[in-house]
Amino acid sequence: MIYLTHTPKNGVPMQTKLVSSLALLAVATSAIGALGRPAATAGTISGHVTYTGTPPKMRPIDMAKEPSCAKQHSTPVMTESVVTGPANALGNVVVYISAGAQSSAPPKEAVRYDQKGCEYIPHVAVLQVGQPMGIYNDDQTSHNIHPLAKVNPEWNKSQPPGSPPIKATYDKPEFIAVKCNVHPWMHGTFAVLTTDHHALSAQDGTFSLEGLPPGKYTVTAWHERFGTQTQEVTVGGGKAATADFVFKALPY
Amino acid sequence: MNRILLGAWAAGFGLLLSGVGVRATQAQTVAHVGNLTGNVAAGKQDYRRYCVGCHGPGGDGLGENALWIDPKPRDFTAAVFKCRSTPTGTLPTDEDLYHSVSRGFVTTNMPAWDPLTRQTRVDLVAYIKTFSPKWRTEGPGNPITVPAEPPATAENILHGRQLFQKLECWKCHGSAGHGDGPSASTLTDSKDNPIRPYNFASGSRFKCGETNQDLYRIFMTGLDGTPMPSFADVVRPADAWDLVHFLRTMQPLPTREAAIWHAWLPAHAGQLKPLGPAEGAQ
Repeated sequence: MIYLTHTPKNGVPMQTKLVSSLALLAVATSAIGALGRPAATAGTISGHVTYTGTPPKMRPIDMAKEPSCAKQHSTPVMTESVVTGPANALGNVVVYISAGAQSSAPPKEAVRYDQKGCEYIPHVAVLQVGQPMGIYNDDQTSHNIHPLAKVNPEWNKSQPPGSPPIKATYDKPEFIAVKCNVHPWMHGTFAVLTTDHHALSAQDGTFSLEGLPPGKYTVTAWHERFGTQTQEVTVGGGKAATADFVFKALPY
Repeated sequence: MNRILLGAWAAGFGLLLSGVGVRATQAQTVAHVGNLTGNVAAGKQDYRRYCVGCHGPGGDGLGENALWIDPKPRDFTAAVFKCRSTPTGTLPTDEDLYHSVSRGFVTTNMPAWDPLTRQTRVDLVAYIKTFSPKWRTEGPGNPITVPAEPPATAENILHGRQLFQKLECWKCHGSAGHGDGPSASTLTDSKDNPIRPYNFASGSRFKCGETNQDLYRIFMTGLDGTPMPSFADVVRPADAWDLVHFLRTMQPLPTREAAIWHAWLPAHAGQLKPLGPAEGAQ
């Protein structure tokens, strides 16, 4: 299963490509869903993210201090800063085109960020500069949402139960650590990028960047504990290119 | 004298002096408080005399005394400030910085600098603003509106008490306001240094002032860089005043609000549900 966090570009030359891509449409829809990029010449960069070494063990979170959240979980929630799968797969890695892609207007669809059961869902929210974001409190307790931005403004807002969603946008690219001061185990990331060509690796380490016209791209992979890597990747017309990343795991 | 005159001239007309380099960028960060205009060059001299020991020559809060200071000195390069009249996530006004310098920060090593002349303090504000490029790319936020304060009554103090429960102020500040709530021991500032919530029982003034208006601003703007969030989006102005009036009763001070509350309380104490995590508390 491939989890894509990007949304199709609005107003991509869908109609002009429609006729030539009719034959591919059936394949495309089954592969990337009805709203995928249908451009016949567009290629894909897919790959697999793994680690070497020994990653830190994720620990169970004790939510006893917040009974309204604790009772939502039948088994303890685990910390999520390093999410791994079988065969050294590494999840929650933000993979994106950092150079080579044409810039596009930010999507109008808001990225949804939930506080539910005293967890951030998703743990890593990927959005584009200027793209709206809605932050929801689905719990019966107050959260304060405190994105620790350094380049962008640092704000900190309380959100009691039943409050309307907090709307936010960011003007500059930045990986922003997010925390709730009331519930110190809550940690997340806003990955604010200048591109909408982005994906988040699934727990099995796979990712896929679609809709890329032929060309040379710089692909960057970011992990919240293990740092950043880049690769140069060339996409040929209609072909699939591969970019695998291997992170060196730090045990702490 | 010569240097001060030159500095003042350069600060005011810096745009004309783009060839002079550094002076030109500093000129964009002059400060205005009342009828006074801050002078960056003079501010630098005073900063290196009074401030550098803790805040450091680069303004990053890493002065030679910083190691022994808790809470840590402010890092001006981050341009994140606790005491503002402006919304969370925005820069403070020059007046806000001026008041912070003048007032000092209770329960920290930052003294009140009101023995310095007003002009010196405005010069320092102008110089502090040279440490972050944010002062050149963003203006200060628009100060929040603080509506006229309604008179305190037992009813609105009681409502403020309900808000203290509902907004979960007690999670950090404790059910009796002693700064000992269940989350208090885990709190860290934005640089991961431990930080304490305000203890109302200390009777000390607040970090950002001492008036009811200051108290209103503290929870409506939040103290940026600390765990204290802004409640501006979730508390209506009238409700905010009720909370202010209740918070005043938690201080061991002969406040107007405490007098009203303690006159009302003996006959009604039985009706009050306990504050804090108790089941069904309201």
